[in-house]
Amino acid sequence: MPTFYERRQLVTPGDLVAEGNYIAGENTFKENEKLYATRVGLVEYEERRVSVVALKAFYIPTIGDTIIGKVTDVTMGGWILDINAPYLALLRASDVMERSYRPQRDELSSIFDVGDLVIAKIVSYDRTRDPLLTVREPGLGKITRGQILEITPTKIPRIIGRKGSMIGVIKRETGCHILLGQNGLVLISGKNLEDEQLAVMAIRKIENESHTSGLTDRVTDMLKKEKEKEGETKNA
Amino acid sequence: MSMIIRVKQKQIAQLMAKGKRLDGRELNDYREIKVEMGVIEKAEGSARVLLGKTEVLVGVKIEVGKPFSDTPNEGVLTVNAELVPLASPTFEPGPPNENAIELARVVDRGIRESKAINLEKLCLEPGKKVLVVFIDVYVLNHDGNLIDASAVAALAALLNTKMFKYDVEEGEIKVKPGYTPLPVQSYPIAVTFAKINDKLAIDPWLEEEQVMDSRLTITIEKDGKICAIQKGGTGYFTTGQILEAAKIAKEKASEIRKLVVKG
Amino acid sequence: MPKIEEKLIDKDGIRIGGRKFNELRPTKIQVGVLNNANGSAYIEQGKNKILAAVYGPHEVHPKHLALPDRSRLRCRYHMAPFSVDERKSPAPSRREVELSKVIRESLEPSIFLEYYPRTSIDLFIEVLQANGGTRCAGITVAALALADAGIPMRDLTVACAAGKVEGQLVLDLNDTEDKKGEADVPLAYMPNLNAITLLQMDGQLTLEEFEKAINLSLEGCKQLYNMQKEALKAKYVVLKEEVKE
Repeated sequence: MPTFYERRQLVTPGDLVAEGNYIAGENTFKENEKLYATRVGLVEYEERRVSVVALKAFYIPTIGDTIIGKVTDVTMGGWILDINAPYLALLRASDVMERSYRPQRDELSSIFDVGDLVIAKIVSYDRTRDPLLTVREPGLGKITRGQILEITPTKIPRIIGRKGSMIGVIKRETGCHILLGQNGLVLISGKNLEDEQLAVMAIRKIENESHTSGLTDRVTDMLKKEKEKEGETKNA
Repeated sequence: MSMIIRVKQKQIAQLMAKGKRLDGRELNDYREIKVEMGVIEKAEGSARVLLGKTEVLVGVKIEVGKPFSDTPNEGVLTVNAELVPLASPTFEPGPPNENAIELARVVDRGIRESKAINLEKLCLEPGKKVLVVFIDVYVLNHDGNLIDASAVAALAALLNTKMFKYDVEEGEIKVKPGYTPLPVQSYPIAVTFAKINDKLAIDPWLEEEQVMDSRLTITIEKDGKICAIQKGGTGYFTTGQILEAAKIAKEKASEIRKLVVKG
Repeated sequence: MPKIEEKLIDKDGIRIGGRKFNELRPTKIQVGVLNNANGSAYIEQGKNKILAAVYGPHEVHPKHLALPDRSRLRCRYHMAPFSVDERKSPAPSRREVELSKVIRESLEPSIFLEYYPRTSIDLFIEVLQANGGTRCAGITVAALALADAGIPMRDLTVACAAGKVEGQLVLDLNDTEDKKGEADVPLAYMPNLNAITLLQMDGQLTLEEFEKAINLSLEGCKQLYNMQKEALKAKYVVLKEEVKE
């Protein structure tokens, strides 16, 4: 049962990755015993499962995901949010208000208004309807401070790193609080602008070099160097 | 798009896999074709074609006009198609949509590339005045395969066309008494196949069109050469299927041509 | 206008511009050239300069155009007014409408539209300079814009035209060869499925010539297909090299 690419080799849509009794994983499809890539990405093998880690893809809502969305409309029954996906998401008024009275539109916009950023969780989603959100759990709700970064959603795992190693380095070196939305939006809030910028730089670097190895070390080095530079400018 | 009943869809596809069609035809059979010429007296030429229940009327009008700047010695040929709303619940009033435009351009291509009309013979005053041949395709009932029906009707209308005798005297166009037939020198015939369940079926009727993944039209001129091809629809063909279709089209075109061109 | 009696193919079979019968025009492809579009790509093929951009998948507007079980691919092929010798009006011509349709139909089979019901994928092909074979170059670059947008596809669709000029079958006709030649056969292809998704022809060819033209075009397609893959990988390969240093 042949495979035609090595682990972490770059493939493009239509590349024949494997032939035979393999299981088609993410970003692949199987036809007549032949397994092809459907997106540009790096090949991964896990026993009989062949998948491609996409270097560029958009977010598809998944139930249980924590995401960051932007309110684009306030309606009679709640809010509509752009969650950086092919579908707009809904947050019902009933999710935020305990009582079952009919809220006025003004009341709703005083809770979340157009342009607000919200951390929410996806509660339901299927092919026939737009995704439904909730902000009921702790840690969810309106974002009031910090910076927002938009990266390709498929790179979120790389930013987390194995057992959180990568994100741990960034948090430690910059002292920032970092929240990763599964939809590719990242919230960074630190003690000051310089620290936040440092974290942004690190994340951008990971995004651009996600397909290479030895990244954790390089990011650590970069952060240390930048902090030294900053220290020098401050002392100068 | 009018919805076809899913059960019927399956039926058509299943039968097709066995090389059979719902209306009893073989894969390579056309529906009954009726051609009537000269049905609109006010047009210079006209024809009405019935292909099964598909009905297309074509009128030819000839006017004096200006040539295009890059072909000063040639007359002008222009084909327009109207998917008239009464022909189908799916046709809406308004300017031609992409289907009407495609239909017109495929019919045009057959006539133009086969050089059915010798455009140089339509030149009255080089660079200034030429004859413009307007071919207007009017679909009156859509029951599938508008391309073949329209192409046959257009050819028949051209063969039916009688125009005034024009003369240029002292820079003015004068019309002489009497009529002369439009000089038609080739007889392009379009043959359309639908691909259903990997089989090629000629002259798809409406329900087959709703089920097919793609269609292939091959236009053959009088010497058996291919003069236009158009693949339509969202599916695909293999090279083998295309070459097979071309062979069959060549035979079928000769048969159909006999209905329009006498002798 | 003076009559130019120049032959298009000389006695050694070399075409104007120096190409042999089966040579493509010099081609350059770049992927990811626009930052607002979700995906984009640019091609130069001879004097052709064509830009393709993709927005989506996103919610369809107007809503009634949404398909319940799949995404709707919308395609606009358009030529800039300055792209041709005689200025072309910016309003869509009948030719552009037809080409928008056949180009859309040539790309649909490769996209997993059924993954994104009720959305639309909007594809824009802008011909900035035209010199023959723009629908094929447009398809070749559109497939890359779709891949760049992260839209999952069965294969990259690639396109190339073959035709007949002064009695000889040739590959990738430029504008002069198309206008003065005897036939032009644009073709789009998905190599893995051995599927021809666009096929048109105008001119006059015998059955045998037609078969040869298709085969010639498929050879051109295969070369362009490799260039497409290289162009997609180029962005990432460069970074890998930089990082190694």
